[in-house]
Amino acid sequence: MVPESVSAAASLPDPFVPQIYRVGRLRRELHDTVTLELAPSAGRRPAFRPGQFNMLYVFGVGEIAVSLSGDSTDETHFVHTVRDVGAVSKAITELGTGATIGLRGPFGVGWPVEAAEGSDVVLVAGGLGLAPLRPAIYHILANRVRYGRVVILFGSRNPHDMLYRHELEEWRQHLDISIEVTVDHAEADWHGNVGVVPALIPRATFDRHNTIALVCGPEVMMRYSASALAEAGVPPERIYLSMERNMKCAIGLCGHCQFGPTFICKDGPVMQFARIAKIFAIREV
Amino acid sequence: MEGLEHILRQHPFFADFAPEHGALVAGCARNHRFDPGDYLFREGDPADEFFLIRHGKVALEIVAPGQAPIVFATLGPGEIVGEAWLVPPYRWTIDARATELVRAIGIDAACLRGKCEADHHLGYEMMKRFLPVFIRRLHATQLQILDVYGKKR
Amino acid sequence: MQHRPDGGTKAVISREALQQLIEALSAENCRVLGPTVRDGAIVYDEIAQVGNLPAGWTDRQEAGRYHLERREDDALFGFAVGPQSWKQFLHPPVETLWTARQGDDGISIATDRSETPIFAFIGVRACELHAIAIQDRVFLDGPYRDVTYGMRRQDAFIVAVNCGNAAATCFCASMGTGPKVDAGFDLALTELIDATRHEFVVEVGSEAGGDLLDRLPHRPAANADLLAAEAVIARTQSAMGRRLETDGLKELLQANLNHPRWDEVAARCLACGNCTSVCPTCFCTTVEDHSDLMGSSAERIRKWDSCFTLDFSYLHGGSVRTTASSRYRQWMTHKLASWIDQFGTSGCVGCGRCITWCPVGIDITAEAAAIRATPQSRKGEPHGGT
Repeated sequence: MVPESVSAAASLPDPFVPQIYRVGRLRRELHDTVTLELAPSAGRRPAFRPGQFNMLYVFGVGEIAVSLSGDSTDETHFVHTVRDVGAVSKAITELGTGATIGLRGPFGVGWPVEAAEGSDVVLVAGGLGLAPLRPAIYHILANRVRYGRVVILFGSRNPHDMLYRHELEEWRQHLDISIEVTVDHAEADWHGNVGVVPALIPRATFDRHNTIALVCGPEVMMRYSASALAEAGVPPERIYLSMERNMKCAIGLCGHCQFGPTFICKDGPVMQFARIAKIFAIREV
Repeated sequence: MEGLEHILRQHPFFADFAPEHGALVAGCARNHRFDPGDYLFREGDPADEFFLIRHGKVALEIVAPGQAPIVFATLGPGEIVGEAWLVPPYRWTIDARATELVRAIGIDAACLRGKCEADHHLGYEMMKRFLPVFIRRLHATQLQILDVYGKKR
Repeated sequence: MQHRPDGGTKAVISREALQQLIEALSAENCRVLGPTVRDGAIVYDEIAQVGNLPAGWTDRQEAGRYHLERREDDALFGFAVGPQSWKQFLHPPVETLWTARQGDDGISIATDRSETPIFAFIGVRACELHAIAIQDRVFLDGPYRDVTYGMRRQDAFIVAVNCGNAAATCFCASMGTGPKVDAGFDLALTELIDATRHEFVVEVGSEAGGDLLDRLPHRPAANADLLAAEAVIARTQSAMGRRLETDGLKELLQANLNHPRWDEVAARCLACGNCTSVCPTCFCTTVEDHSDLMGSSAERIRKWDSCFTLDFSYLHGGSVRTTASSRYRQWMTHKLASWIDQFGTSGCVGCGRCITWCPVGIDITAEAAAIRATPQSRKGEPHGGT
């Protein structure tokens, strides 16, 4: 005997099968980090929401999850910023313009950019964590009047490894957006902030009663940032983090990305801090 | 004196400080101005004064022979520079350099230690304000030594 | 002329009619699968005739132990469950998802769906029906559906069996998943065997089941037949070898993620993943990408994976779960606790396979009971004396 859902499933397109995309413009951001534009070889680029991700497949090498880092209103291509940290990401950073790539997506729950309307928005990014936040920044800048104060706090390892440095300068030209950048280590010729990014939180100006915080970076950096935000008076249900775990299927079927009761791929990657706070600091969950 | 006491009250570090305690601290305080590149103190010097930044930015540096100075933290308005004055042997273990024009209140360490010893209520109020600063810096240091943005392989 | 059987109808068929049932399903191009003895175990394989079923065999199971014994009768379903489950057919251990080709104009990707068999399962136990229902929820009820699972599942014909035997490792009664089958079958058998007869009470669970029964020689079940069938189930229920206390278990486990018991069980656990292979609900998979030597074609293979492997949680540069204790905790808390958050039911059906097939005999019911017996709390004397 077969439930109704069983018969319905057989006729749908297979979410395991990648679509073919072609690499357009490339930009080397850092010595190991590249931004690629990917356009569909046929049909339209699907819509995406800031904070979502795609699965990128390199022929014969494998597939990895990569957050969208481009403008969601640009309907011609997807933009991904990829750092060479493994076999597949290395292969992606070595692709040339015109190469083809398999792509599944977009997947996952994004940043609460609509829910944040009317609030101050504090975006806390560490290292490559600025990439998944960039679509949210584009969205907020394009709809600036809908938001209160907008604060970007960005931490890097050192001044040389700073992602989107030129774009940060451009954003800084907006008088109505506050940007503080800090580096973990610097030599004396660096005139900016030195220290970890959570240390910028108590120095920033925002209305703690009416702020939404979006945090993305290495997990330890997010733990410390969430604590600093909570200490600054932002309630845990208004703090959002973009989580990362091993992903194979991206659609909740392979079990790999479980984080306690949640699947990062379909319940996240963007998760409310209040939802995961209990297990966030437990080892090896 | 009254001017200093007023400035101290405005500083976030002394938020909700009792007026009589404010007067006691003001009695140990003086105004400072540091131009960019000036050192507030240097490693090895006696830690006889600490600073409340009112304006500007201060870099904390460590120097190793043969290497450029490494800045491990920068501090700004509303923050405290210097902890070594609290514990013997009262000597600085780092350099503190103004990276831009800095206006600060300097507080004489021996003067304040003496007043805290004489008035333990004042001492406890000071401890409650200093300890969170230290804890936050300890957390920042923990995170910093993890080098979280480096590659794991 | 007999009346046409429909849902809920109960009839009685003979051993010979069971043979005709197998033949009828084969004639409809079904791959008829059922229990059979192979390599000292009762496994699931192709069944051409009643003679392939494990007549006269039963299984003896304990933590880390399994062997077959002769029964005193010729019962066809007089055993509990073997190392395999129907998962291997509906959710195969290895599956090619697609193949890719590298041409002059880049890559192209194609799937091959030509060979989807129609399965007929003979001898599906209550716990296994629940396991199939659980995997249906995993693969078909989420925002994304597993298309090939759906194709294999949609036409499967299920002949269930009410258990006449409980193994020492069985605990379906405490999980509310058996031993009586309640839903999800086309036909359900209860084997009645004694010195005077060898027959089966058949319950119709679907229209397709009713159609098939209609084509078999059968007689309406008499009240005495039904009472005999109930007695079989009641006896099995009372012979259940183990129990798992499920009351508040989810909250208990989720509140005890740092319990020292995880380290104690990890000291015995070999992290071999046997439990995940034999579990009828464990669904985790990984993918492998292979390319040919010429580099012109590549394929993506989906394989069963286990949360007990180090690679399972690999994240650029290292694994999240490096210790066996964290991996056992992941498996057990997922199965018994977070599964409820994710899919609305426990992921455990009480079949006992993970207990039997664990090489060191780790017992999930004992592990849960150990944590229940000593929940984490702040130990020590009260502060400031009393």
